[in-house]
Amino acid sequence: MTLRRSLAIAALAVAPALAQAQAARLRVPYTIDTLPNGLTLIVHEDHSVPIVTTNVWFHVGSGDEKPGRTGFAHLFEHLMFMGSQNAPYPQFDRLLEAAGANNNGSTTEDRTNYFEEGPSSSLRLMLWLEADRMGWLLPTMDKPKVDLQRDVVKNERRQSYENQPYGLVADVLPHLMYPPSHPYSWPVIGSMADLSAASVDDVKDFFRQYYAPNNATLVVAGDVHPDSVRAIVREYFTEIPRGPSITRPAPPAFTVKDTAVTLEDRVQLPRLYLNWHTAKSTHADSPALQLAGYVLAGARTSRLTQALVYSGELATAVQAYNDAKRLDGDFSIVATARPGKGLDTLQAVIDRQLERLAAEGPTPRELEQARNVIEAQFLRSIQTVGGKADQLNEYYYQTGQPDGFQDDLDKLRAVTAADVQRVVRLYLQAPRVMVSVVPQGKQALAATLKKVTQ
Amino acid sequence: MRRFLLLPSIALLAPAALRAQAAFDRTKVPTLPPAPRLVLPSVATSRLANGIGLQVVSQREVPLVQVTLSITGGARLDGDQPGLASFTARMLTESAGGKDVNELQNAIAFLGATLNSSASWDAFTVSLNVPRRSLDAALALMADVVQRPAFTSADVRRQRDLRAAGILQRRDQPGAIATLAFNGIVFPAGHPYHNPADGDSAATARLDSARVRAFYQRAYVPSRARFIVAGDISTAEAATALASHFGSWSSAERPAPVTAVAVRPVSNTAGRVFLVDKPGAAQSIIVIGAPGVSRLSPDYPALVVMNTLLGASFSSRLNTNLRETKGYTYGIGSGFGWQPLPGAFRISSGVRTDVTDSSLVEVFRELRAIRDAPVDAGELARGKAYVALGIPGSFETNGEIAGQLAELNQFGLPLSSVSAFIARVNAVTAADVQRVARRYLPVDRATIVVVGDLAKVRAGVEALKLGPVTQLEVTSVAK
Repeated sequence: MTLRRSLAIAALAVAPALAQAQAARLRVPYTIDTLPNGLTLIVHEDHSVPIVTTNVWFHVGSGDEKPGRTGFAHLFEHLMFMGSQNAPYPQFDRLLEAAGANNNGSTTEDRTNYFEEGPSSSLRLMLWLEADRMGWLLPTMDKPKVDLQRDVVKNERRQSYENQPYGLVADVLPHLMYPPSHPYSWPVIGSMADLSAASVDDVKDFFRQYYAPNNATLVVAGDVHPDSVRAIVREYFTEIPRGPSITRPAPPAFTVKDTAVTLEDRVQLPRLYLNWHTAKSTHADSPALQLAGYVLAGARTSRLTQALVYSGELATAVQAYNDAKRLDGDFSIVATARPGKGLDTLQAVIDRQLERLAAEGPTPRELEQARNVIEAQFLRSIQTVGGKADQLNEYYYQTGQPDGFQDDLDKLRAVTAADVQRVVRLYLQAPRVMVSVVPQGKQALAATLKKVTQ
Repeated sequence: MRRFLLLPSIALLAPAALRAQAAFDRTKVPTLPPAPRLVLPSVATSRLANGIGLQVVSQREVPLVQVTLSITGGARLDGDQPGLASFTARMLTESAGGKDVNELQNAIAFLGATLNSSASWDAFTVSLNVPRRSLDAALALMADVVQRPAFTSADVRRQRDLRAAGILQRRDQPGAIATLAFNGIVFPAGHPYHNPADGDSAATARLDSARVRAFYQRAYVPSRARFIVAGDISTAEAATALASHFGSWSSAERPAPVTAVAVRPVSNTAGRVFLVDKPGAAQSIIVIGAPGVSRLSPDYPALVVMNTLLGASFSSRLNTNLRETKGYTYGIGSGFGWQPLPGAFRISSGVRTDVTDSSLVEVFRELRAIRDAPVDAGELARGKAYVALGIPGSFETNGEIAGQLAELNQFGLPLSSVSAFIARVNAVTAADVQRVARRYLPVDRATIVVVGDLAKVRAGVEALKLGPVTQLEVTSVAK
């Protein structure tokens, strides 16, 4: 018999006729409960492949940092692998590898995640290690560890930003998009200066504030039995004390002005970045914005791809997407010019296409295609236990409902052409932040600031 | 450390009786049960009436189907037109079957399908992933793409311009430059791996519809094709569906011969250094390597274990030394290119500019260390477990299953060889690791490429006296 596969999405299988019909209901069965110390545990059982994943989300990200001490949440992501009281460095990685398992973590503006994946036999080890670093990280935290991982993170910054073509845009954009008092106004990785300034005490204070069971959610998914998982989790995590409750002040209100900035970089071709504020992830407009991104540049025949890459032959590639976060969303259009083309030309074509979409809305077929593609992409994202665990954690954090993705897919189905038209008018004709990246000495290729027609 | 030795011994220290009572002892690493046994997917093998091979793996949980078509050939057939195979593959998904590119791409997207075509050095792959409900309509489009591509002049010209721009942009990427330089040196002209699979700008300028069509007719032939289907479909359904769309596929052309390769990779007898200047670069890319070895070598399991310990796991010696101890890099790895023709062994990393020379020193220190002394029992057990126990996780999705089968097919290996591989990994000894390290690691005969700000790094690298130093220009490497 075959082993593998991963879904276990029971009802998923129903297959309505393609185009119009309501898609099948997705069901990822789970159990959820909360320990007395506030740790939330979600278990998804799936015996199709003998593997298990554990996936902890701490609800802390770069948005919880303070100006002058940016990059902390991400630096922390690294420090969490540097050993704890009962599993001193380098046991975390070595024990897992010896059990055939992998691990990693990631950080955004809103959260940090840590995950392990390996044979189902390694579950107890994964949970023991996670518990130890949640409860007993600080006794072994010292300056050499902080110094070392600070160096590693600086290397990461060089590799991913300074030494990547166009990489510095990610460093500049948050500052252009948000006022300095806003928690999204600095990049997740932080600045070299702030990374240098971090002290061991800063690190310890940050940990005590945010890395507590009541600010964490643990998903276990795969070839496991929920009762057994609950018993192990209680055994290992119960004695970890609850941390302080966290209050986050509302982000400051701000207004955006049309802004144009030009960066020179060691690149062959100029690239244009257009960015608008949209709406936070739980906002009712998010599905329509997601569809707008697809209609503009999701497929090879999408409007901007057609106009810029295919018929216009002005650009080598174009992307458009809405990035909805906990406090706000950003919509971005990124287009790279072909040799010999300037960014003003690209900008004019983009503006014309936005005006058209605002005036006419998408066609029924465009809308249906976009829905089908987004649904299929979601299906692909939950083919693995790791993907399912991440979605359960994400939806629990954003909506309180671990399998809230079905609601999102329903909302996506319900979006009308008029909705797309409305969000394009509301958000994508508003003031925007425009960044031109041009080859060194080629300022003339940059896009110039001009009033967007309303 | 690790599991075969470490965990069992810990089990002895923490008897079950003790754990059962009172509070558990948090200071003890938990005892783990035996790892689950690998159960491989069952593969149904058959042929279409026209002889095309078919492998089907049914798995019902997700309403998705993966259909992978592999055709032996690839960029090895490029001849004097580097990039022709990959360009032809790219052109398949433009206009086809009487539909222009817009109609075709619209139809694919409307089904929620992805349909991609590519060429590696050794094979062509057309890959469809589609919700089950849309399979038949998507297979019809796949059949157009494979059997009835149009190669219109307008499509070819547009894609040729885009490719030329992409080749230009390689000059922006230090990692790509380092790889191009390394391959161009280790695999001399005439070897299929000498050129990048997507060619160079001179060859790109010569691409036109006639060349692409002629190549397609010689290379895309059913006699070299095989389908792999994995997903929400039965064996019989898969055979019926493929027969209806591909059963009449035939080729009038004689297939282009896949000739034996006469040109051998360059094995140095001493080290040599190539420097590429990227003024102002924020870090240096280093690549250290040499021609590799066939995957069909009896040394393959020992090589995989040795490489895991050297540079293919997070806790590997190279990553522990250069990242976790010294803070020189964000990550460093090593690997053998397990292609049908032996690829290269290479170590690569982006390192801090001011420690470019020190990083090379540490890399060679590790190469010598794993060659000169046997690995200890705990480290060996960790590496073996990491390789052997990680295998079930590489058969999780339809795409992974199809990918694993396609890779095995390239070497003529059956799926059952995975179980045999695990047994052979578990039998690897410290002496085996040392033996393959001595035989295959280029300690004294490495090709070393450094891409960085030479004003800052040249003197340090030259002082190491790793071999004669040659400077290459970005524009000649990424040409």
